[in-house]
Amino acid sequence: MKFSVVVNEGPYTHQASDSAYYFTRAVLSQGHEIMRVFFYHDGVNNGTRLTTPPQDDRNITNRWSDLAKEHDLDLVVCVAAAQRRGIVDEDEQKRNSKDTNNIADGFRISGLGQLIEAGIQSDRLVAFGD
Amino acid sequence: MSDQEASPTSGIIKKFLYVNRRAPHGSNYAQEGLEVALVGAAFEQDVAMAYIDDGVFQLKTDQDTSEIGTKNFSPTYRALGDYDVKKIYVEKESLEKRGLTQDDLMPLVYEDEDDDWAEKPMINLVSAAELQDIIEQSDVVLNF
Repeated sequence: MKFSVVVNEGPYTHQASDSAYYFTRAVLSQGHEIMRVFFYHDGVNNGTRLTTPPQDDRNITNRWSDLAKEHDLDLVVCVAAAQRRGIVDEDEQKRNSKDTNNIADGFRISGLGQLIEAGIQSDRLVAFGD
Repeated sequence: MSDQEASPTSGIIKKFLYVNRRAPHGSNYAQEGLEVALVGAAFEQDVAMAYIDDGVFQLKTDQDTSEIGTKNFSPTYRALGDYDVKKIYVEKESLEKRGLTQDDLMPLVYEDEDDDWAEKPMINLVSAAELQDIIEQSDVVLNF
């Protein structure tokens, strides 16, 4: 079955991102397909590589990046939500004349249309939020 | 939203339902939920909105955010009809619990292309039980 996952909350404050991560892993381990993971609302904050949690805690962003690398996942951060919250890739940095960018490995910034497309093309769209 | 591109969706039309559960101000779930509905219009899907719990306040008339310094995006709801959203379901019980009636809600309309573009009301009051059926009959349900 083809799944897509939506993450609507940021890391650490809510469990949503952790649950979405474990769900995504479970889907893959059962031999199903993950078409896309879409990060919306505060969920876009999962995509900053500047995250530095204490060493005895999980690194939520790195965990997503590693999973994306291992399974060639499409991790998409919503551009409108990202602009509001300061999640920036190279293109956005140039476009908005920012002095740096912070997007983590394996994530890309794109439009809300990617969420709608995931809803249309996936057998199941599973959202994690508060 | 100019950077949005409609992708090929191989002619699939699904029933999308956006369920709005939160008050319009105090968090931005309402505003960003509305943005999804507007962007989704480009994909020519069958889109409906549902408003339950504090979400019914999103449709309240005369919203004024000048004292809290946030953007008053409530006029945007009037654009839903232009974006091919024709169905808005408001849960009766949620309205009643909050002392509201349909008269307290914005009179949202769409133009019916099958009826000489006559303006038709978009808001349908439904019971919790009816809404349950609507949710069950939808293909893609997103909560905001």
